[in-house]
Amino acid sequence: MSDLPKANQLYHTIEHRTPATDWMDTPTVIRKGIYCYAANPKSLEALSAPNPREWNPVEEDWKLPDNWQEIIHKGFKERLEKFRSFKVFMDICVRCGACADKCHYFIGTGDPKNMPVLRAELLRSVYRNDFTMAGKIMGRVAGARPMTLEVLKEWWSYLFQCSECRRCSVFCPYGIDTAEITIMGRELLNLLGLNIDWIATPVANCYRTGNHLGIQPHAFKDMLDFFVDDIEEITGVRMAPNFNKKGADILFITPSGDVFADPGTYTAMGYLILFHYLKEKYGLEVTWSTYASEGGNFGFFTSHETMKRLNSKMYAEAKRLGVKWILGGECGHMWRVIHQYMDTMNGPADFLEEPVNPITGTRFENAKSTKMVHITEFTADLIKHNKLELDPGRNDNVVLTFHDSCNPARGMGLLEEPRYVIRNTCRHFYEMPANTIRENTFCCGSGSGLNAGEDMELRLTGGLPRANAVKYVHEKHGVNMLGCVCAIDRAVFPDLMRYWVPGVDVTGVHELVGNALILPGEKERTTNLRGEDLPGMEDEADE
Amino acid sequence: MNGKYLYSLLAVIVLSLVAYVGTALLRLQVFFGVIVPYLAMLVFVAMFAYRMLVWSRSPVPFRIPTTAGQAKSLPWIQRNRFDSPFTKWEVVVRMALEILTFRSLFRNTRMQLKEDGRIAYDLELWLWLFAITFHYAFFVVLLRHLRFFLEPVPYAVQLLGTVDTFLQIGTPVISMSSFALAGAVLVLFLRRVYLPHLRFISLAADYFPLFLIFGIAFTGIYMRYITKIDVTAAKALTYGLVSFHLPAVADMQAISPIFYVHLFFVSVLLAYFPFSKLMHLGGVFLSPTRNLPNNTRAVRHVNPWNYPVKVHTYDEYEDDFRDKMIEAGLPVEKKE
Repeated sequence: MSDLPKANQLYHTIEHRTPATDWMDTPTVIRKGIYCYAANPKSLEALSAPNPREWNPVEEDWKLPDNWQEIIHKGFKERLEKFRSFKVFMDICVRCGACADKCHYFIGTGDPKNMPVLRAELLRSVYRNDFTMAGKIMGRVAGARPMTLEVLKEWWSYLFQCSECRRCSVFCPYGIDTAEITIMGRELLNLLGLNIDWIATPVANCYRTGNHLGIQPHAFKDMLDFFVDDIEEITGVRMAPNFNKKGADILFITPSGDVFADPGTYTAMGYLILFHYLKEKYGLEVTWSTYASEGGNFGFFTSHETMKRLNSKMYAEAKRLGVKWILGGECGHMWRVIHQYMDTMNGPADFLEEPVNPITGTRFENAKSTKMVHITEFTADLIKHNKLELDPGRNDNVVLTFHDSCNPARGMGLLEEPRYVIRNTCRHFYEMPANTIRENTFCCGSGSGLNAGEDMELRLTGGLPRANAVKYVHEKHGVNMLGCVCAIDRAVFPDLMRYWVPGVDVTGVHELVGNALILPGEKERTTNLRGEDLPGMEDEADE
Repeated sequence: MNGKYLYSLLAVIVLSLVAYVGTALLRLQVFFGVIVPYLAMLVFVAMFAYRMLVWSRSPVPFRIPTTAGQAKSLPWIQRNRFDSPFTKWEVVVRMALEILTFRSLFRNTRMQLKEDGRIAYDLELWLWLFAITFHYAFFVVLLRHLRFFLEPVPYAVQLLGTVDTFLQIGTPVISMSSFALAGAVLVLFLRRVYLPHLRFISLAADYFPLFLIFGIAFTGIYMRYITKIDVTAAKALTYGLVSFHLPAVADMQAISPIFYVHLFFVSVLLAYFPFSKLMHLGGVFLSPTRNLPNNTRAVRHVNPWNYPVKVHTYDEYEDDFRDKMIEAGLPVEKKE
């Protein structure tokens, strides 16, 4: 971050200009601050992924296998045959340009190759050359070009400047989804061992230890126990979360990031408080798992196969523990995978029951096949049936706005559930402008595995549209807290806010629940889960 | 000057000269009036069908609609049926809105980085307006042309002609659709040339159909309002093409060469169509982000090529960490 000018200066340097050269003749510069480090070969080996080796994106020689062009060609062909989406999206774009200024990376960087249409053309040009008659006969006049090393580097650079957020696909008259293009492109790059380390190493960790951060089972339990101590200090209530408990009613799976780092940890504490409350009041047994200790799935950013390999743990663990159904925590891409892929690739989950909330009797009809329910669906249902005793006043210090995470918004349609929970736990809530929320929401700038440290310039520029909308409500309504239902959001927004909108902090929705929920037998709380004084309790806390 | 549109413009000029010279000087009316149109139609139908077949037979491994509204969830949550459809019929409505009203384009916004530090996204409907004008005008022009291929001319086609000319500005009566088509094509072209980012992404393949369609509209308007070709003779040929009762060669040669330029443009468009981006006409129906219901958690979607993958099982995991798990008091399957 230190390399970047001040926010205000950076804003005024952003230019949306096109170079004088044709895009095919405009060279790609792989630049510090924008690119992510290459995958550690050990991480690729852990998954038996092809072509593991030491290589460096900024060096000339990428140490590619001799037949790399053949690998790409065959891989391209295979995917065209396996995915209608890919085939159709390669063929039907008319380059109307509606998608161009919808991409947060284009808006923030001004780089024309970050226009979704052009990102897709990077692949389409090779597709035309290799697979269409017009491209084979007319070559460049038909928009075709052969696969060269320069083209490969261009792919690599720009496919890791897309966060698969799908905002462009909302505006495309044919629904062309750049996420699909990026997913396929990254699969092809992975055939050559060209992943980034921020994805490859979490994937390797997740495969072995069950979570991206590589937290081993005993340490996972230790971390939650640490939260238990904190909660006891704040509420006076000691709780005993279940781990790997056979015969529990529900298996709970959430991203490991929330166990590991602030402010996600407060959301994790919110989960613990909710589950303790439900156990005490209604006898509901929810268990955590150390084996399925990751909701997120960086395999999704690697290949369909890797996604499936990592996600298999959810059903396997649910089956082993004999739970009735699975509850999923707040996470973005995790929910795209669960909602649109999980049942298809890892199902059918015929060993689970159709999810019913035993406390309210509500059947989650929308999840009856996959048997996995989103925690805001679950909590919203409990609140609607008056099953939670809430004191929203304990969140009165919070002036909240809500960021719809890309995947729940555009890959799921989960928009009202978190808002319902927010309105019942927090009294000061203001929406950002309509063109920046719900299905029009802007990415945090760090999605799809791009939340590394070395690409901070990309993250901060890509996050500008989101931050700019937060700034608007910060100035207009005094918003001091950005709510979200995504662990990556919680991990990356603090940096983004510090840069663009100082004075705005970040929270998960279930942190608000944890603060508002009145536990049986609790002492009078003087602080919130962050240890900050509650409104009107400033004096008591000092005593 | 931009080579991409220059090439395309040149190609269309050459095409017009080929047809003009071919009929005016070389007297190849049978070639340009019969053989080429039949071949073009054959290519269009066969290749269009082939492309659709390839697309529709390619698997849809995952159900991946782009959701643009609240999904079906808890019964008391108001859902958005057509931007986040749950049932097949809701999908049909979503697709109809997309195809008939260009719904997604109607969302279009224009981003501006304001000097005061705000980024604005204002509704921008010009693209939608010209795109929908272009498509509907083209459609009406096509329907009006049915009178050249049907005998007697159905009442509906006559009525359409009447409605299309209701703005009667002197004689001859003006068909709005023709001018709307030419005008919209012109704007879509100028947009491509003058908006820098659009010029940057445009290929020759984006300019060529615009010039070609403009050529079609222009020759059509020219024939109708300027040279006033012999419509009866032209219809004898066009009706002859569909009824397989072709007029005598001498009658064909009596039709103005401009008519053959028009017909040749149309033939080229037909033959070019299935190999080009114009296939969005068929592709839009098959886009998996639009034509699938958002019900993947409720109704299982089957991937025809789903294959088993190597996973890290719980047993392998426990083998790795058993001692640590026991020490931490975590339950294990095997004590040793």
